[in-house]
Amino acid sequence: MTPSLLYAFAGVALCSIGLFGFVRIRHLLRKLMAFNLIGSGVFLLMVGLAQRGGQPDPVPQALVLTGIVVAIAATALAVVLIRRYYHLSGQTTLAEPRAKRAKPPAPTANREGSPE
Amino acid sequence: MMRFLGVAIMVAICLAFAGGLALTVWQIAGTPAPVNLPHLLAENLDASGVDHPITAVLLNFRSYDTLLEIGVLVIAGIAGISMAKTTSLEDPDLRTSDSLLYALQRWFVPLMLVLAGYLLWAGSDRPGGAFQAGAVLAASGVMMRLGGIPMDFLRPGMLLRFGLALGFSVFLLVAVASALAGSAFLAYPEAFAKPLILIIEVVLTFSIAMVLLALFVSAPVNRTEEPEEGEAG
Amino acid sequence: MTLGLMAGLLFTPLAWAVLTLLVDFRKGRVVTWLGMAVQMLVSLGLWAVVASDGGFLYLLGGWQAPLGIELRVDGLAVTFVLLTAVVAAACGWHASIYLDPDKAWHRYFWPLFWFLWAGLNAVWLGGDLFNLYVGLELISLAAVGLVALGGQADALRAAIRYLMAALLGSLAYLLGVALIYGQFGTLSLAGVTALLNSAEVPAGLSFALVLMLLGLALKTALFPMHGWLPPAHGIAKSPVSALLSALVVKASFYIAARLWLDLGGHLGSYALAQLIGALGGIAVIWGSWLAFRQVKLKQVVAYSSVAQIGYLFLLFPLTWGVSDAISLQAQQGITLQVISHALAKAAMFLSAGNLIMSVGSNRVDALAGVSRFLPFSLFSFGLAGVSLMGLPPTGGFAAKWLLLQASLASGQWWWLGVLLAGGLLSAAYVFRVYQASFIDDTDIDHFFHPSRSLEVIPMILALLSLGLGLMAEPVLSVMSLPFEAGRGQ
Repeated sequence: MTPSLLYAFAGVALCSIGLFGFVRIRHLLRKLMAFNLIGSGVFLLMVGLAQRGGQPDPVPQALVLTGIVVAIAATALAVVLIRRYYHLSGQTTLAEPRAKRAKPPAPTANREGSPE
Repeated sequence: MMRFLGVAIMVAICLAFAGGLALTVWQIAGTPAPVNLPHLLAENLDASGVDHPITAVLLNFRSYDTLLEIGVLVIAGIAGISMAKTTSLEDPDLRTSDSLLYALQRWFVPLMLVLAGYLLWAGSDRPGGAFQAGAVLAASGVMMRLGGIPMDFLRPGMLLRFGLALGFSVFLLVAVASALAGSAFLAYPEAFAKPLILIIEVVLTFSIAMVLLALFVSAPVNRTEEPEEGEAG
Repeated sequence: MTLGLMAGLLFTPLAWAVLTLLVDFRKGRVVTWLGMAVQMLVSLGLWAVVASDGGFLYLLGGWQAPLGIELRVDGLAVTFVLLTAVVAAACGWHASIYLDPDKAWHRYFWPLFWFLWAGLNAVWLGGDLFNLYVGLELISLAAVGLVALGGQADALRAAIRYLMAALLGSLAYLLGVALIYGQFGTLSLAGVTALLNSAEVPAGLSFALVLMLLGLALKTALFPMHGWLPPAHGIAKSPVSALLSALVVKASFYIAARLWLDLGGHLGSYALAQLIGALGGIAVIWGSWLAFRQVKLKQVVAYSSVAQIGYLFLLFPLTWGVSDAISLQAQQGITLQVISHALAKAAMFLSAGNLIMSVGSNRVDALAGVSRFLPFSLFSFGLAGVSLMGLPPTGGFAAKWLLLQASLASGQWWWLGVLLAGGLLSAAYVFRVYQASFIDDTDIDHFFHPSRSLEVIPMILALLSLGLGLMAEPVLSVMSLPFEAGRGQ
């Protein structure tokens, strides 16, 4: 058991904790953090597993850098969407707003309906 | 009861997942990899134009990945500014009137700009590079924004879109130009590899910072009359 | 020659994306028309090159795998490239008329559209596991951006749900890639396959394959992970829905299929193959049933996608542990199913968009009387429906016929039930839409008339889907072209 392998196992733990959070938590920002936790776990596992022999391997490190940028882009986009969603609907989860369904559909509900 | 059952099932799934993954990792760790990529990389490092192996992988050997990755970042930026309302830029809520922040920012912003420059320059032979530098640059932009310094270029206008596209387009131009010069795509001519990679790094830093900053700015802010987060829904 | 074609496929879509980002909607539309013509020519060119000379490996940057990224340009890849060119050009053309140029956010449609196209091409040609991950993310984020465009609360809810599912799926895939890299030290799919074939199969890697397939199945919306698809495809603008249903879900399926065909023989198992097939079978029945029950027209079409995607997963049981001839037959059947579904579903969403535009409501029962006013769009919808049902001589029929033969030849007769029930149920939901549109007791005599070209585009796609059954032979002969290693550059 080399120290690198320890990182890989830490990655395993992070992935499963993140998975639990991602599925169970309904608040969108926390869900997003759970996604980032899984992501960190995957990156840790990728680097740790590849350099288990003790010798550093630059390729997975570069892959992880690419992966981090992709994850940041996705996270940032998700935050913008979530903030905007909260701004419009006042909701922090994806549950359908039941109270609002009783009213006649708002003009925005079927935007395709209006001839453009 | 149902809730407890749900949690219990999910815990069981996660434990099974962790167990399976750990077992796989353990089994893989027991056998050596048949391909020694680090060795192959070290052999070809001279031809790549940079001295740091990670930068060489990112900007030469696997530069197509990096090109697409910047594309992903630009997409996030585009989708972000398509949500933006111009008014949110003027929102006084976003400006903190914290005098400590204001004082700190006079020290930090120049320092962070220098740090970003250093990270960019360091990327060729030690840890650092375009993304790290861009992130620091964006962070200093966020700080300036919070301090209330007007940044008109962040309006969703021509200038912002140009900034978003700049790094990506230069990268793309180099990719295609290298092909027109006779070699394959993204195969830099060996004599120019170093300056080309440097140019790409500089414009990428700028664009990455722009994208991150634009995403920060375009997230709509809460108004005071709206419910606090957590109370709604 | 090849160099120019590869540039045309991989890099010019990115260039169009940048150009359209810089200009407004109307100029972006002109750039896009030009770009679509170029893409069409280039895709046809590459298809012709591969059809005459066979496939080849293309080394990006001149670096050989495992150091660099290699692209696999074979018959299947160019078939999908061409399909993408046809369907995306049709959707882009439709969108250029359908979208309102005066809404400020519509200008962002074009760059996202082109990034999506670039990502699709990257995935079809990709031969590197990590590069495929980046390509998938490019597609997902562009698709989410397109769904969220305009930013209404309902669209945002669908977009966020879609984004979450797509991100989780990508991470599961990436975790599998990390394990494979840890084992073999290479990311090239061809390299991994060669290592698996030459040496003893290491223990534990099945878990990696399962993870990757699970992630990709989530992104393809396989039952029971389909919950994100109908809201996202239903709420998006019609050209976007068409792109998403016809092409985007196919990208993740394509990777899953490639992984299965290359690695499944060593790392898969009979139980896994049957399980995936069974989920696909349930998806066919359940998705069709839900499609029948929907109130909104586009939800009908979206649930129909869930059902049609189910058929694709029959590839897994029908290619595992069978003879090469049967496996090839199943692969051909699935390829035809992908193509015919892409054409038919794009036609269906585009004509549904026209119908909704014309009656001003997205409900099925609001279609009453529309048959008198918009027979052309309704006819395209029906033609596409015929292909989904699998009636001769459509592409859907040819696909299901091949699958039927493959199931019988491999002794897995139980898939016949799925094929038959799926066809009947899809007939039910298509006829339900028809029935609604022929009710004549409405007093509304005012319908909005969309422009003629909006009606022509879905018709062309529906006719292509119909004619695919007759053209199946040349399409299949190129698709199954083997690929000659060693012919780089």
